[in-house]
Amino acid sequence: MMDFLCQSLHYKNNFLTNFERKLLSSSSSAASLSGFLPDSIHVNKKEYRPSIRAVMAPPQPQRPPSTTGLVKQAMTMTEKILARASERSNLDTGENVWVNVDILMTHDVCGPGTIGIFKREFGENAKVWDREKIVIIPDHYIFTNDELANRNVDILRDFSVEQNIKYFYDINDRSNFRANPDYKGVCHIALAQEGHCRPGEVLLGTDSHTCNAGAFGQFATGIGNTDAGFVMGTGKVLLKVPPTLRFVMDGEMPDYLLAKDLILQIIGEITVAGATYKSMEFTGSTVESLSMEERMTLCNMVIEAGGKNGVVPADQTTFNYLEGKTSAKFEPVYSDEKAKFLHEYKFDTSKLEPVVAKPHSPDNRALARECKDVKIDRVYIGSCTGGKTEDFLAAAKIFLASGKKVKVPTFLVPATQKVWMDLYGLPVPGSGGKTCSQIFEEAGCDTPASPNCGACLGGPRDTYARMNEAKVCVSTTNRNFPGRMGNKEAQIYLASPFTAAASALTGYVTDPREFLR
Amino acid sequence: MASKAVQPPPCAFSFSSSPIHRLSPPSARPPLLCYSWPSSSLSRRCNHTLSLTLCAASSSSSSALEGGKASEKVFHGECFVLDDNIDTDQIIPAEYLTLVHSNPEEYAKLGSPALLGLPSRYPRFVAPGQPLSRYAIIIAGANFGCGSSSEHAFVALGASGVKAVVVESYARIFFKNLVATGEIYPLESAEGWLCKECKTKDLVTVEMEKERGLLTDHTTGKEYKLKQIGDAGPVIEAGGSLHTLARPQLDKVERARKPPSIREHACVAGFVHFNLLALAALRR
Repeated sequence: MMDFLCQSLHYKNNFLTNFERKLLSSSSSAASLSGFLPDSIHVNKKEYRPSIRAVMAPPQPQRPPSTTGLVKQAMTMTEKILARASERSNLDTGENVWVNVDILMTHDVCGPGTIGIFKREFGENAKVWDREKIVIIPDHYIFTNDELANRNVDILRDFSVEQNIKYFYDINDRSNFRANPDYKGVCHIALAQEGHCRPGEVLLGTDSHTCNAGAFGQFATGIGNTDAGFVMGTGKVLLKVPPTLRFVMDGEMPDYLLAKDLILQIIGEITVAGATYKSMEFTGSTVESLSMEERMTLCNMVIEAGGKNGVVPADQTTFNYLEGKTSAKFEPVYSDEKAKFLHEYKFDTSKLEPVVAKPHSPDNRALARECKDVKIDRVYIGSCTGGKTEDFLAAAKIFLASGKKVKVPTFLVPATQKVWMDLYGLPVPGSGGKTCSQIFEEAGCDTPASPNCGACLGGPRDTYARMNEAKVCVSTTNRNFPGRMGNKEAQIYLASPFTAAASALTGYVTDPREFLR
Repeated sequence: MASKAVQPPPCAFSFSSSPIHRLSPPSARPPLLCYSWPSSSLSRRCNHTLSLTLCAASSSSSSALEGGKASEKVFHGECFVLDDNIDTDQIIPAEYLTLVHSNPEEYAKLGSPALLGLPSRYPRFVAPGQPLSRYAIIIAGANFGCGSSSEHAFVALGASGVKAVVVESYARIFFKNLVATGEIYPLESAEGWLCKECKTKDLVTVEMEKERGLLTDHTTGKEYKLKQIGDAGPVIEAGGSLHTLARPQLDKVERARKPPSIREHACVAGFVHFNLLALAALRR
């Protein structure tokens, strides 16, 4: 019996009373133990039940493999951004995933349609998913008398007031853009300048050139009204993970070459459908040497190759640009060394020459010097692709080097209010303190116009610099399909700001080296 | 021009003159082209009961029956042939982008400028003054719909009466938007370059069956295989992927992703405690 007691006591380490401990520690002679048995001695009779720890385990959520993140798979930058945004540890290309959106941008052309769809699907009184993550930027058809265009801006305003949208860059007084303190201008440049583009995030816009923001090392792509209406209500979008094409550009960038020449070179290489459903990653020492605005030009035309998005890894240049523009925390990501790329293209930038895209396709590449017999009728410098501060500084450099007047009407449309102010405020290096606007005036260009998308896409008939006749234009814009800038028979040569300025001075398509040597 | 009643354009495929407002909810849509799609698991999930019946079909090749269970979708009419790389500005010139197509009146106005941006060597797609085109089917080359992400381009085609587009390949955003809105049937050719073989105004029949798609050119007498429309078919039929499929699927994804809430934990803890007490009582 004592044996049994000892055995049962043995399992009760936590439940031993002092009496039991004394029992065990005392000598086990039968004589001494028998002394405890009589009833006169009070024995602490505790009933020992088997300890119940649990009757069932709490339900565990289905634990997918490698959720701890310890099992890693080499991923490209785009895959990493999408993996983080979809809360997955790794993704396969071609997979459809639900992605959390950080910023949704819309403008006056697609905004009203998006709002209509949002209200229809989520209800007239529905609220947007996050009033701080939607950025509404009127920019396309602003300075015209077109009733519908102006009505569209009113629709944006009503919606922004109703939903208390934080970032609505409104314009009320169309006769003087400077009287509108909130108005910015071209949406993609405004997004960058206002600090909405941050590395590692997901930015969607109802415009094909939203890929412009990929220059900041984020996933940025264009979507339609229907997708945007859905994002407005839920903050999520279904995306297919694209494989990545890698473009490695090394070598010292010659002083007559700009990022526009690089991207035209690439599009000419892979054609307008060469990057369909794919991501384009730009790396290499040349890319690292580019400024943020040049990187934006590079990523801006990714859509012209059919690409889903473009990315440039974030580095000190990016962080310096963002300083003072945003206080939000961001976490950049970078492609793994062993990540799989669909194709890799290598360029030696030092050997490249200025190129143009001849009518009527952005991949109709030709060397600028080979088109020197093409007589032109006008030059257009503007748009998100070629209307930023550095683009105008480049054009001013050519005019300064030449000292002569332009031979054809030269239209200048700064992308945003900030760019416009830079034209009138920033001194051009090597000019003895002159501003861009002064140099442009001396060269006989048109006065810089109000900042907006302008004639890049034609627009209402009274749009400034719209091509209403079958003429030939050299333009720093992004597309030259028939009718892009208005007239169907008009011919558009896409070029860098250097080439555009050089062509304005001669009246023919001209290689900028004519003025830069 | 405005006072004259709109006549249906001469075409073997007859339909009423009221434009379909594709973007309105299925129940509100006036039935125009009517057919039934077999109830797939997809449409059951959608809880979608749109069943349409073919009206005034004079063409003998249409096989959809009134309220019946036809398993194929057939379009018949004159085709309009386009080259490669037709961008959105050629499909609808940018000056018409001010129209907001979620508004039914402005949707109807998008029909007449459809394909107005094409170079002059192409015939006019929509006759001047008409809201609808005589051509029911578009045949195009590669990278159709490249350019803008705005939906005006294919909405204009849909508003002008186009039923199906058969191409070599689509541009990405264009195709995604097409399936999201359910505006037109997107088809791809499986063999040959149809845009080189067929000519504008050829009479063609497009059949989209489950297993195979076929385009028959009655003018030349040739047949061409099409890639099967696959999952996109029922999605277009249901009115677009986003709002009929996206939200139910999103809810499912959210439920799977969410860890058990505090409330759930409390219920479990309560259950465990109850069990302990029950066992204690039993022992006594």
